[in-house]
Amino acid sequence: MNLRAVWAIYKMEMARAFRTVLQSIVSPVISTSLYFVVFGSAIGSRITEIDGISYGAFIVPGLIMLSLLTQSISNASFAIYFPKFVGSIYELLSAPVSYLEIIIAYVGGAATKSIILGLIILGTASLFVPLTIEHPFWMLSFLVLTSVTFSLFGFIIGIWAKSFEQLQLVPLLIITPLTFLGGSFYSIDMLPGTWRTVTLFNPVLYLVSGFRWSFYGKSDVSIGVSLGMTVVFLLICIAIVAWIFRTGYRLRN
Amino acid sequence: MPSIISISGVTKTYATGFKALKEINLDIERGEIFALLGPNGAGKTTLISIVCGIVNRSSGTVSVDGHDISRDYRAARSLIGLVPQELTIDAFESVWATVNYSRGLFGKPANHAFVEKVLRDLSLWDKKDAKAITLSGGMKRRLMIAKALSHEPRVLFLDEPTAGVDVELRQDMWAMVRRLREDGVTIILTTHYIEEAEAMADRVGVINRGEIVLVEDKVQLMRTLGRKRLLLELRSPLATSPRRCRATRWSFRRTVID
Repeated sequence: MNLRAVWAIYKMEMARAFRTVLQSIVSPVISTSLYFVVFGSAIGSRITEIDGISYGAFIVPGLIMLSLLTQSISNASFAIYFPKFVGSIYELLSAPVSYLEIIIAYVGGAATKSIILGLIILGTASLFVPLTIEHPFWMLSFLVLTSVTFSLFGFIIGIWAKSFEQLQLVPLLIITPLTFLGGSFYSIDMLPGTWRTVTLFNPVLYLVSGFRWSFYGKSDVSIGVSLGMTVVFLLICIAIVAWIFRTGYRLRN
Repeated sequence: MPSIISISGVTKTYATGFKALKEINLDIERGEIFALLGPNGAGKTTLISIVCGIVNRSSGTVSVDGHDISRDYRAARSLIGLVPQELTIDAFESVWATVNYSRGLFGKPANHAFVEKVLRDLSLWDKKDAKAITLSGGMKRRLMIAKALSHEPRVLFLDEPTAGVDVELRQDMWAMVRRLREDGVTIILTTHYIEEAEAMADRVGVINRGEIVLVEDKVQLMRTLGRKRLLLELRSPLATSPRRCRATRWSFRRTVID
C-alpha cells in the first residue's frame, strides 16, 4: 500500500481546511449558533419539551447532523472536483496510487474535517443548552459513520459534477431539504399520519434519530434500524465509487 | 538499446466516437530523447496520457521497463514523470509544499535536500515559500517540471514544453533536458516545431490523425527531408548564377525586389 501517498493527500486536504479556516470552521459554527437563536429561543419558547427533553437540547443532534451531512458532502466533493476543474488531477491519475488509497485519503480528509466541526458545534451547543450524552460510544460511532458515508457520497458528486452548479445541486436541492424534513427540528410523532409515513422514506430521519438516541436514549425509530440504514447507504456509496474507478467514469475518459 | 517503453496496437476512441489513436506501435529506447512531432489534434497528448495512466486506452498494450501499465501500474507509473502542456497547479499551495506533495504522491520518502536541489536547478529556490498563483508563467512551467522531477523518474514526458515560453527559458529547458539525459533519464517530448525536434531529439516520430507515420533517427531524417534556405539580398540582379554555385546541387530562385 502506498501509505506515503495517502498521507500526502490527507495532509494537503487538512492544510487546505486550516488555510480556509473562516470558511471551513467559523462559518458553520456561526450558522449553527443562529439556528439556536432562531429555533431554540424563538420557537423553543413556544414548545416546552419533546419526549421530556427541552426543545433547545432536542434539536442539538439534528443540528450537528445537518452540519455533518452538508460539510461532509461539500468537503469531499470540492476536494476532488477542484483538481478536475483546474486540471491538476493529472498528477493523481498518473501516480502509483490505487483507487482504495485515493478514497481513503480524500474521504478520510473530508470526514476528519466534518468530525472536528461536529465536535466544535457540540461544544458550541453546550454553551446554549445543558447536554447529556447517554451513549458516548454510539454517539462517536454515528458521528464517524455518517461523516465517512456522506464524504463518500460527496466524493461521488465531485466526480460526477461537470460544473460548480452541479456541485451545489445535490447538497442544496436534496440533502438540505431532506435534513430539514428528517426530524432535525421536530419529532415525527408531531406529524399527521400521512406525513409521518412519508417521512419514514427519508433516509436522513434514521441518521438523526439514531444520533439523537445516542444523546438522550429516545428516538423516532429503533436504533437497530437507524444503524442498518446508515450502513446500507455506506455500502451503496462504496459500490458506486468502486464502479467509478473500475470504469474510469469522468476521470480517465 | 533495449526499449524502455513499448506500445503495441494501442487505439483510443472517445465516447463521442472520435478516433484519437489508430493502432499505434512504438518503442522508445532507453536513455534516448524522443520527439513526437505532429500538428494540433494529431493524438500526441492522448498517446502520452495513455502511457502515463491518465486516459484509458480502447485496446492494445503498453509496458514501461517491462511493467504492464494496467497489471503492474505501480511499478510502471513510479518510473514516469509528466510535465503536461497546460499550467495546472493548485494555485494556493506554496512551491515547497506542492513539490513535496508530488514526491509523497509517488511513494517516495521525504528528502528535503533533493527537493532543494531540484528547486535550485530550476531557479525556484528563492520562490519556495511563494504561492503558485503569484508566479509568472515561466516560473509556473519550471514548477511543473520540479513536480515531475521530485520523485526521481527514469522516464520524463514533456508535453509541448516550450509552447508559449520565452527564448531564455527555452534554452534553460533544453540544457536541463540534456543534463537529465546524461543522468540516464529517457525523455519523450511532444512538439509541433521541427526545429525543436532537430535541436533536441535523437529520434523523431511523426504522428498525424492518430497514426504514427514515421519513426526515424534524427540525423537520417534531416538528411532525407531537411533542407536549408539561404536568402541573399543582392545590390543588383545577376545575369546568371555564379559558376561555383552552378557546380553544386543548390537550387536558385530569382526574385526581383523593386
